[in-house]
Amino acid sequence: MLSSYPILSTLIWLPIIGGLLVLFAGRNNDAAAKWLSLATAMATFILSLPLWAGFDTTTASMQFVEKVEWIPAFNIYYHLGVDGLSMPLVLLTTFTQVLVIASAWDVIKDRVEQYMGAFLIMGGLMTGVFVALDSILFYVFWEALLIPMFIVIGKWGGPRRVYATLKFFLYTFFGSVFMLVSFLYMFYLSGSFSILDMHTMQLGMTAQTLIFLAFLIAFAVKIPMFPVHTWLPDAHVEAPTAGSVVLAAIMLKMGGYGFVRFSLPITPDASMALDWLVIGLSLIAIVYIGIVALVQSDMKKLVAYSSISHMGFVTLGMFVLYDIVQNTGSLQGAQLGMEGAMVQMISHGFISGAMFLAIGVLYDRMHTREISAYSGVVNKMPWFVMFAVLFSMANVGLPGTSGFVGEFMVILSAFKANLWFGTIAALTLIIGAAYTLWMVKRVFFGPITNENVENLTDLNKREFAIMATLAVAVVVLGVYPGPLMEVMHTSVENLLVQATTSKL
Amino acid sequence: MNFVIPAFAPAIPEMVLLAMASFILVADTFWSKRYQFATYYATQIALIVAAYFIMTSFATTQVITFDGSFVRDSFADILKLFIILVSLGIFLFSKEYLLQHKFYSGEYFVLGLFGVLGMFVMVSAHNFITLYLGLEIMSLAMYAMIALRRDSSDAVESSMKYFVLGALATGMLLYGFSMLYGATGSITLPEVAQIIESGKADAVVLSFGVVFVVIGLAFKLGAVPFHMWAPDVYHGAPTAVTLYLGTAPKIAAFAILYRLLVEGMPGLVADWQTLIIIMSILSMIVGAIVAIVQENLKRMLAYSGIGHVGFLLLGILAANPDGYASAMFYVIVYALTGVAGFGMIIALSRTGHEFDKIADFKGLNARNPWLALMMLIIMFSMAGIPPFIGFFAKILVIEEVVKAGFTWIAVIAVITAVISAFYYLRVLKAIYFDKPNDESPLNPISSQLNWAVSFVSIALLVLGLMPSSLIELCYQSIGMQ
Repeated sequence: MLSSYPILSTLIWLPIIGGLLVLFAGRNNDAAAKWLSLATAMATFILSLPLWAGFDTTTASMQFVEKVEWIPAFNIYYHLGVDGLSMPLVLLTTFTQVLVIASAWDVIKDRVEQYMGAFLIMGGLMTGVFVALDSILFYVFWEALLIPMFIVIGKWGGPRRVYATLKFFLYTFFGSVFMLVSFLYMFYLSGSFSILDMHTMQLGMTAQTLIFLAFLIAFAVKIPMFPVHTWLPDAHVEAPTAGSVVLAAIMLKMGGYGFVRFSLPITPDASMALDWLVIGLSLIAIVYIGIVALVQSDMKKLVAYSSISHMGFVTLGMFVLYDIVQNTGSLQGAQLGMEGAMVQMISHGFISGAMFLAIGVLYDRMHTREISAYSGVVNKMPWFVMFAVLFSMANVGLPGTSGFVGEFMVILSAFKANLWFGTIAALTLIIGAAYTLWMVKRVFFGPITNENVENLTDLNKREFAIMATLAVAVVVLGVYPGPLMEVMHTSVENLLVQATTSKL
Repeated sequence: MNFVIPAFAPAIPEMVLLAMASFILVADTFWSKRYQFATYYATQIALIVAAYFIMTSFATTQVITFDGSFVRDSFADILKLFIILVSLGIFLFSKEYLLQHKFYSGEYFVLGLFGVLGMFVMVSAHNFITLYLGLEIMSLAMYAMIALRRDSSDAVESSMKYFVLGALATGMLLYGFSMLYGATGSITLPEVAQIIESGKADAVVLSFGVVFVVIGLAFKLGAVPFHMWAPDVYHGAPTAVTLYLGTAPKIAAFAILYRLLVEGMPGLVADWQTLIIIMSILSMIVGAIVAIVQENLKRMLAYSGIGHVGFLLLGILAANPDGYASAMFYVIVYALTGVAGFGMIIALSRTGHEFDKIADFKGLNARNPWLALMMLIIMFSMAGIPPFIGFFAKILVIEEVVKAGFTWIAVIAVITAVISAFYYLRVLKAIYFDKPNDESPLNPISSQLNWAVSFVSIALLVLGLMPSSLIELCYQSIGMQ
């Protein structure tokens, strides 16, 4: 294995240190700030590739582990490691990082160094969230992440940015403090903050239920699930493009990751008892939020709602497992749902990121995101529309794109669990198609009615490169998801065993 | 009766301070004409010398002297060292502030040094009389310091308020002492504890005694419902004095709380625990909610301080050594953060302009991005957001509360933490998101202050990344008792 040097620490600290350097070196020198940021992001991405290459797909135990004492008095360790559930998310993070830096290249004019620095620091912290194996360390990364995002939305956002960023911060902070109390409670019971120890510790039903609910609040806010989703459309609409991309592509995944890393393995009995709650909320998200998306007049808001709806698949795929096990008596069917959920997370990372970047491209030219302001963009920007339509199709879940794989697997497993779950979830194929394609029709096609559209210029080289990279990712993952599933397979199996082993 | 000469050695730091303070008081009259800063430097040297004596004879066991009225243990030594550390910072900031606002005078430092002496005596108090003595030395110094600017009606009003309420609080405390003495027949803390434990004392009188003592302490700490003086005094006092009274005395107040409740009446834990629970919860709630509407940063920090006291009391109400240690950690962190916060206000203030309104901070990021970043660290540390040290202070006390079986209090605590995050964010909103009223670059009044405020703020971050040694220091010192 290529674990001779601390690769995970590098992935966390390289961008953070790079970000701090950018903050100081880039003052009054925008070009230096940009190039230094891009170099850091690229280096981080390249250094993250050995994670994939050196990954052992036959084991569910943690790999690339680093463990150092941090606060010995409380048994808190600087403990890092990845398994099949977190490794793809780490790569997604480092990959998105590069795109995000590139996307802001010509767009941000005010305090470039702070903008770039904030994104780099955020990148390191996000990686930290996915690789931390000590709950306090995890919490530190999880919360610290709010700081740069708070600044990014509030400083470079739209007209209602202050409202949006405060709402974002307070919602997420409120959700996570209950998680912290749960960690402290479990520490009190077991004397350890290690997540792996929490996986094996025994817990009574009352404790499990309360801990499950605390986790649910934390992760539901982050994902976000209905009815605590209202911060997301605000945050997305006001955030600058790169902020939206990071939010949609990575931060939302933390909620889903939280469910598989914490809720299911730590509180399996409560998860089983309360799975109806999560499934119900997921189905509401899929259908109701889909319908809400239909009536949006702002493109970013539309995609934001579509994100919530798609994340509903993630939570649905994760929590149908108990019904499947009950129906079929084996974990085989549940495996499909869980893997579907994980694939959906990665795929949604690419697609939602791409959608927000595409909207950003339009916004940079027209300075409006109102659907009604556009029409017939294809006449002026054929290359752009080609990519945008591809991403829209992926958003709908067209076979051959990554959107299809996850959704299909989740719907299939939902049918195994319960006919109604499957039917309701499948409605998204109609609703999703409706809101996405309707937007495509109104924005990209039709006659040019606005003279500003007349003056649009097609993608420049930088934008083309970003779009093309994402397009490749979306198509490759759609056509050949095998390697990704292989990486997850063993870990998902292990997770399912943990999630169905009673801890009472 | 034989008179035995007591061991003076354990009290050398106090004696150094007393001697130096007295000497400076006299010398200042002659120096101040020729060497403006002589008093300032002499004060700082006095503190450093005292720190040197503490470090060279660091107590590893408990030493009791002066006929049981004075104690020296590692708990006391650690707190004294931090009082010195915080005071060094206070005097550094104050010097520049007093110069800038044109009422620089040696008296500030002399009084400040006497205040530190009072705190030392409080921290080492081992009977009711010593404790009272220390408290009064400190309080009288502070009454005078607040009124130092005697032409400012705000300051004089604050001073009067503080004096009247402070006197009332001391009265309560003394009344409580007298009841405890009446019931137990002793004024020495361990003896009082012993007699209470033995059950020979009248329970009703004891209960009354505890109530009065706790009320007196609550006044000094500024815990709800005895907090009313804090916002007015913080606001009215010159910022240098606010910095002084919002930081170091809290450490001393924690020390007497610990000495009295834990060393003096562990047998009455059932009585005082309930009181502390009520005060803790109320303080956290009032601190979180009332601070939201404040437009003045000093007032806001006063209310936030009330909230912090509520958190500090969480550690005490856990009523076990680990709990006290977490409270000790909390108070140290709180004092350091306070130095940074008020220090920032001082660094940015100008002649005739206090820079203490939240509106003053508008657009600070555009005017001075470095200090804006420092303020970000300070605010997030106060809010308890990782990776800053304030986060660890909060989770340790909450952890101890959970351990003690009060998970519901922990839930209230974290909810108030979320509410209070709002007003810290409001300050950051002004700094980062609002347009400045005045575009001109804003530099701190002196480069020394720039370094000082940056040093303290970065310390909050570094301690947050490496909190281990400070945590262990606190837990070990309490564990040794």
